[in-house]
Parts: sequence; structure tokens; C-alpha cells
Amino acid sequence: MRRELGALIGFAVGALALLVLAPALLSDFRLSLLGKFVCYAIVAVGIGLAWGRGGMLTLGQGVFFGLGAYVMAMHLKLADAGPSGVPDFMKLYGSGEVPGWWEPFRSPVVTVIGVIAIPSLVALGLGAAVFRRRVRGAYFAILSQALAAAFAILLVGQHATIGGTNGLNGFRSFFGFALYDPVNKRMLFYIAASTLLVVLAIAWQLYRSRFGELLMAVRDQEERVRFLGYDPANIKIVAYVVAAAMAGVAGALFVPIVGIISPASVGVVPSIAFLIGVAIGGRSTLFGPAVGAIVVAWAQTTLSESFPSFWIYFQGALFLLVVAFLPSGLSTVASLRRRTREAT
Amino acid sequence: MDAVLGQLFAGLSLGSVLLLAALGLALTFGQMGVINMAHGEFMMAGAYTAYVAQNVIADAGVALILAIPLGFVVGGVMGVVLEATLIRRMYLRPLDTLLVTWGVALILQQVARDVFGAPNVDVRAPSWLSGSVDLGITQVPAARLFILGLAVVAVTGLALVLTKTALGRRIRAVVQNRDLAETAGVSTRATDRLTFFIGSGLAGIAGVALTLLGSTGPTLGSNYIVDAFLVVVAGGVGQIKGTVIAAFGLGLLQAGIEYSTTASLAKVAVFALVVVFLQARPQGIFSVRTRSLA
Amino acid sequence: MNTVRSVAILCALALATSACGSRTDTGSGGTAAKSCVDTSGDSVKVGFLNSLSGTMAISEKTVFDSLKLAADQINAAGGVNGKKLSVVSEDGASEPTVFAEKATKLISSDCVAAVFGGWTSSSRKAMLPVFEGANALLFYPVQYEGLESSPNIFYTGATTNQQIVPALDYLKEKGVKSLFLVGSDYVFPRTANKIIQAYAKANGIEVKGEEYAPLGHTDFATIVNKVKGSGSAAVFNTLNGDSNVAFFKEYRNAGLTAAAMPVVSVSIAEEEVGGVGVDNLVGQLTAWNYYQTIDSPANKTFVAAFKEKYGQGRVTSDPMEAAYTSLFLWKSMVEKANSFTPDDVKKASGGVSHDAPEGMVTVNGENHHIAKTALIGKVGADGLIHTEWSSAKPIEPDPFLKGYDWAKGLAG
Repeated sequence: MRRELGALIGFAVGALALLVLAPALLSDFRLSLLGKFVCYAIVAVGIGLAWGRGGMLTLGQGVFFGLGAYVMAMHLKLADAGPSGVPDFMKLYGSGEVPGWWEPFRSPVVTVIGVIAIPSLVALGLGAAVFRRRVRGAYFAILSQALAAAFAILLVGQHATIGGTNGLNGFRSFFGFALYDPVNKRMLFYIAASTLLVVLAIAWQLYRSRFGELLMAVRDQEERVRFLGYDPANIKIVAYVVAAAMAGVAGALFVPIVGIISPASVGVVPSIAFLIGVAIGGRSTLFGPAVGAIVVAWAQTTLSESFPSFWIYFQGALFLLVVAFLPSGLSTVASLRRRTREAT
Repeated sequence: MDAVLGQLFAGLSLGSVLLLAALGLALTFGQMGVINMAHGEFMMAGAYTAYVAQNVIADAGVALILAIPLGFVVGGVMGVVLEATLIRRMYLRPLDTLLVTWGVALILQQVARDVFGAPNVDVRAPSWLSGSVDLGITQVPAARLFILGLAVVAVTGLALVLTKTALGRRIRAVVQNRDLAETAGVSTRATDRLTFFIGSGLAGIAGVALTLLGSTGPTLGSNYIVDAFLVVVAGGVGQIKGTVIAAFGLGLLQAGIEYSTTASLAKVAVFALVVVFLQARPQGIFSVRTRSLA
Repeated sequence: MNTVRSVAILCALALATSACGSRTDTGSGGTAAKSCVDTSGDSVKVGFLNSLSGTMAISEKTVFDSLKLAADQINAAGGVNGKKLSVVSEDGASEPTVFAEKATKLISSDCVAAVFGGWTSSSRKAMLPVFEGANALLFYPVQYEGLESSPNIFYTGATTNQQIVPALDYLKEKGVKSLFLVGSDYVFPRTANKIIQAYAKANGIEVKGEEYAPLGHTDFATIVNKVKGSGSAAVFNTLNGDSNVAFFKEYRNAGLTAAAMPVVSVSIAEEEVGGVGVDNLVGQLTAWNYYQTIDSPANKTFVAAFKEKYGQGRVTSDPMEAAYTSLFLWKSMVEKANSFTPDDVKKASGGVSHDAPEGMVTVNGENHHIAKTALIGKVGADGLIHTEWSSAKPIEPDPFLKGYDWAKGLAG
């Protein structure tokens, strides 16, 4: 009951901070930056589910982030080009014709479904292949990393059809709303912030459910779960797919907020970078990953502005020390204090 | 015909580079189940060792020959320090070790940037290693032949250590069953440390070799690390022969696909093939059979 | 029950908040943010946006250095229109998204009069909508793939007809009948090679192969093997960064030489020669619009001032010079317009010229590129590049290659 209350208070504080305080206090520019960090936080919630609760260290979350982002970006490009129009970069670098696999994304409905469905399906296929064969631990981590590397290389090579290294950019409107209108930029922030709260609510409910218990059991003792008659692979696949869907949604929101998606945002390095905030915030807590992701990204932007070299040392050291000595993240510090208080 | 032979050699050569990069990793991974993300940065340290050696000793050939054992020691010492300070504390959390060593890698790269500067440094090849060698049937670059030879020496040396020495027996015992080895009186702590020394030292040697082929800069290691991991994963844990076969297999595959298509496509195809291969053999080409469930 | 309710409430919230956006049917830029540039005091802010961290820092730091030098010199000489420059510098961190983010910051929070910087095509493409949306000015100092002309960007590096095409003219003049194209897999090499293919077809040059390596690729055995087997007369190299090191080492190891099969590079300047190794590059060709060895009073002053500020060991290169020049061009535009407002500066830009270290350059008011002299150079044993050939006069910029019959259809 107490934990329930804690979560509810957490939601209230989060909603207050994101939906009331931030828009009131921050300039348009800072608010849009926070919007970008909120996207990272959505990915982080998914990683918290897969890694913190499920023990699957996914070093390739950039793939799903990228899938969601590219689906959205393709739609925005097509929408800007007008009905049956051709996106500008295809005229310059490509054949001047829209490839067949772009066409479905002219429809806003297909796009919104695709943003969730495509990463989920890819994760389902991959998860089914990998987890059923009991590939796990470091093997899974390396495979997911190789996947991110392969995905980025593949994107870089497709320069006539999806913009290669330049990626997709130069969007003018978002479902009919002009992207350069500050009012619409605020609206995008509200959408991202609300999505984060929804995603957190989903994670919360999953954690409270029987599925959440099983997921943790699989993380801690996979064989025992198997002996109890459950198939650990199925449990892991579900968590992996949900995490992928969250990353996809985050990617789709990232595109209109930041205005560009390129292979640089989906490869090996950004995929690992997603983990930093999660580890620092507390991987197996409900709010830790999201808070950690936002704080780390915020610190990165402000600190790296003034001390680029120092920031790398600081980030590396903080990450290293937290993972090595505070495996449950900085949130354990808070709970440790609570425990000592209760003891006295 | 000449092109095919040239390409065959290119594949073997790429395989030897992958082998050098992955050999130490296979050893440390096999020993402790620890994926050391800073392995690439040990390679980088080896490469900078070659650079420093060249600045101290004028003769590029002598400097290179000296840099090989020096690189081994530099890499090895860095490995031991890492093992003693961090990895030792987290044997039960191998996945966390992966992340911790990634943090270390990040820091080491920045150290290299601050010490040697962000631009690449130039490591000159000795005159006897530039140009190509006529093998009768085809001409091959001397530097690549040298690296192939170095890889063979490294593998043979490691195999001898593992099979013929007391240390090797201890290492194999710990790989196969850590608890039982401990019970039988093997000091796993000391064995781990020595294994880490050798494994990281091999990374240093790989770094020295790589200066002959590519750029020497702070990101040298990160260019190879993903490939090296794939070799280890595909080869399976605990036996060198898996790593050797995987390295040359992937090298030949990459060169073969690249010759008929493009470099980008070859890379993606190789990654995809490894994933598919692991479907068939989740534990890699060879694996040590034990009775433990994990 | 609880689940359904909490999710439903949040969804409703999301919908409610999203309904407050303003829909525009025209799809135009909407209400562009009002310029907040403050010109009332005795100084004016300008923004420098270069990658000071990440993979591109190696190159972009040098551009940043020469921009700083230009700002110092302008300030020492009394500033722009009587106002001292106050520089706000930001780190693009080698990531397009960061470039877009920092460009927004410079324009809307720092209120700079103009921004100087960017290097990769992706960083420029990422910043373009930001500058167009806010109607601000960007000066982009690097040679690039052309096919672009934004009213809000001034391109002070070469476009394709000032670098690639002259290099081809030079090779044709030398009697080269066949070419092999090697490039990194991204937009500049792809576009450059498309142009080369069209040129070759029209001029009876055979292209014997076209190979791309992923960015950061380090094993060139296969590609060099293909080059060697092709028996081409020359290689056109559009590789980027580290890949050049691996490529040229492999090239030399495979027994290929500048005398037998010269390589023309368009991304290797004085700054990169050291990292690739002079031994591996001696005698190879480059195509640029500026070399440190140019013998002119303007260049001697520039090189001397740069070395004095940053050390005798430093070299100057084409992008550095283009960045240095861009600040002076902006100064002339502002003084001609007698205004810092972007619209006035744009209007005044046509015909503005400057005696730059590379020679006389003139801004084209229509496409916002500048007329530059093309130079083919040869890498010397001293690590510097020496001019082998130069175009008779500055070449007018033609980013869409409209003036070339063989290029019909290239620009879509």
C-alpha cells in the first residue's frame, strides 16, 4: 500500500513538473531541449523494463528508436511534399521517384500504427529467434550491439532512399501543424511529456502484475521459472517487445522535436548512451531510468558546453562508479536513508 | 586468377587482424565471462606505444620490433590494473562489468586525446615492411604478411602456454569449472590476474600491428571492438581453436562478399550471418561442456 | 480497473494539450520568430558553431581557431560598422542533432547577428531549417556536394564546379583516359561520383570502378586490390577522415605509386597530411582553392598571423582559410548594407568581394556561393601542398551545374 502511494505521489510530482512547472519556467528553446530529453526518458523506461527488471542488457535500443523515428520522418517528408509529391532529397540524390515501400507512410494512420508496430514486430522476430535458443547474458548484449552497428551501416548506405548519413531533415509541418510556430513547439512538448507519463503508467502496471513478478523471477533465476512450468522465453520476449515499442514511440516524437534523424542517432554509441541515464537513475526502479535519463542529458548539454573534455571524464567516471558500487543506481541512496531512518 | 588469389590473401589478412584483436578478448571472456569493452583501448595503448617507441628510437624497424614486447607489457599492465581495481569486485555481475569497462574505455579515449592530441599520429612503417613481397604466384603487401605471421606466432605461443605449462593447466581448470578448481587448491585470484595480463597484453600487440595498416588515434580501438566481440561470440568460449576458425572465417567471408558487392553490404551481411549462425549454435563453434546450468 | 483509468486519464490529458496547437493550412514558415539581435551597444554578438568534441573535432577545431583569429583581427581594426564582435562559441559535438540544437540556442537565446561554422553535410542539412525558420544567417566554410542554395546560408567553400570539375579538367588535360573512384559512403562522395560519371561519359574517360567504404572503415585490402586489378590511369579519392590513412598505407604497401597511378584527393588538406604520413602521400594530387604555399601578400600575412597566435608548428588549410574569409565577407556585407539585419545583409551581399589569402573572392548574390580560383596541388616532401595548376580566373559558383551540358539531369 505504501509503495502504491509512493508511485502515485511520483506521478503527481512528475506531472506537475513536466506539464505545469517546466512550461511556465523555461524559455521556448530550453523547453524544446527538455522535450528531446523526455524522448530519451521514454527509451529509458523501456530499457528499465528489459534490463532492470528482465536482465536483458540491450545494447541495441537505437535500432528500435531509429525505426520509430524513420517511420515518422518518412511520413513528415511525404506530407511536406504534398499529395503524390516527391521529397526534396530524392529529387537531388535519388531517381526522383518515391520507392514503393515509402508509399504506405503517406497515411497518418499507417504512420502512427507503424511507429509502434514496426519496432515491435522486429523485436518480436528477433526476440523469438534469440531467446528461444536461450542466447542470453553477454551473448545477447553483443548480438544487440552488432545489430545496432549493422543497422547504422545499412542506413548510411541508403542515401538515395532514406538520406544516408544526412538522414531525414528539414520538416516543415507535423500532421498539419507548422513546426516553426512556437505554439506548436510547446504542443509537441506537451505531447512528449504526456507520453512519458503514459509510458510510466504502463510500466507501473506491468511491474505490479503477475507478469512483472515473473519477469523479475526470470532475471534472477531463469531455470527455476522454467521448472515451475513457465516458458522464460515468452516472458522475455514480451518485455523486449514492449521496450522496443517504447523506443519506437520515443523516436517518433524525437523527429518533430529535434527536426532531424540520422544514422548518428541510432548506432552503437547512442545505443549505449541510452543506458547511462538508466544505470545512474536506478535500473530496476519505476522512475529512476526516466529521471536519470533526463538529468544526465541535461548535465551533458550544460556541462559539455563549458568543459567538453572534463565532461567526458566526469560522465565516464560517474557511470563507472555507479555501476560498480551502486548497482541499483543513485535511487538506492534514497532508499538506504529511508531504511536507516526506519531502523532507528 | 591473380585477383582471386589477392582477394584470398586479403581475407586471410583481415582474419589475422581480427584474430589478433579477438584473441585476448576470448581469453578474458572465456576465463571470467567478462566482456571487457576497454579491450579496444588496450589496443589503442599498444598503438601509441609503437608511436612513442618510434619517437625515441630513430630506426623504424628496431622501434617496431621493440614495440611488440613493450606493447604487450603496456596492455598487460593496464589489464591487471583494471582487473585488480574494478573487475575483481564484480565477478558475479558480468553484464555490469561490460558497462563499467565501457566507462573505462570512454575515459581512456579522452586520456589519449589529452596526452597525444585529437589528430591521428603518424607511425612510419620500416622500409622492409612497405611495398609488397612476391610469393611466386601472387604479390602481397609485406606489412600484411608480417601481421599474418605475428598472428600465427601469437596463437601458437598462447596454445603452448595453455597446453604445456602449469599456468595453462590452471587457466583451463578455472575456465572449465571455477568452483572445482578453487576446491582443488588452484588460486583463482592469481590465475585470473595472470589471464588478464596475457589477454590484455595480446591486445597491446594487436595495437602495435594495426599501426602498419591504419590510423593511430584515440578511436583506434573502438573501430575494432564490435568485430572482435563477434569473433569471440561466434567462436565460442573456452577454446582458442573456435576463435581462430571464427576469425579467419569472418575475414574470408567479409573479403569475399566485399569483392562481389560493397564494403558496407559485406559488413551488414557478416553481422546478419553471425546472428543466423548463433541460431544454429547458440554457444558458438566450440564450447566447453560443463554440468553447470548457467 | 485502476490501470485502465490511469492510462485513460493520461491519454485524455495528452489529447487536450495537443489541441491547443495552432494549425496552419498554408504550410509556410508560420510566424517566424522576431529577430532579437541587439545592436544598440558598442558590440555585436556573433556565433561560432564547430565540433570541439567527437570525431569531427580534429578538423573543426582548426576552423574554430581561424575564425577566432579573424574576429581578433577585425576587432583590432575597429570592429564591424564600428561595433566590436563579441563571440559566443558552441560545441556541435560532431552530431547533427546537436548542431541544430545549438544553432537554435545561438539564434534565439544568444541573439547573435550571424553564425559561422558547420563542417559535415549532415550538420549543414540539420541546421538549414533552423536558419530558414528563424530567418538568420549561417556562413558555412567547407567544400561540399552542391545541389543546395538556401537564402539563409552563405557557402564560402567550393561547390562542385569549383573543385571536382576543375580536377577533372586537369586530368583530362594530362591525358588521363581511365579513372577509378574510391569514396566514403555518404552524400558528398556519392554526389561527386555521379558528377564524375557524367563528365567522364561526355569526355571519353572510362570509369573502371566505383567503390565505397563505410565511414571509419579501416581495412582497404579488398578495395585496393580492385583498384590494382583495374589498371586505371588515375584514382579519384573522396574518402573521409581516418579512412584515408588506411587507404594510402594499403595503396603504398600494394606497390602502387603516385607516378604510375596518381590519386587525386578532395578531402586531404595540409592538416591531414601529417596524420596520413608524408611518406604515404608524397607526389599525390589534391584539389582545393587554397594552399598554405600560395605566394601572395594576403596569404603571407594570414599564415604569419596564424602561426604567431597558435604556434609555428601549425599549418593552414582550405577550410580554415574559407572560414577566416567568411568573417571578413560578412563584415563587408554588413558595412555595405549599413545594417545587421539578415534581410539587409542578404540584399547587400551580391558583388561583395574581398582580397582573401586564396586570392580575390566575390559573393554571388543569387546563389550565395562565392567565386573562387581552383587549384590542383601536389603533396611535397615537406608535408605542404604545392600548386601544380590553377584555373585562369575565379570560377563563378554553379551549385546545380546548370551551365554544363553534360550535367543535364544530374540535379533532378
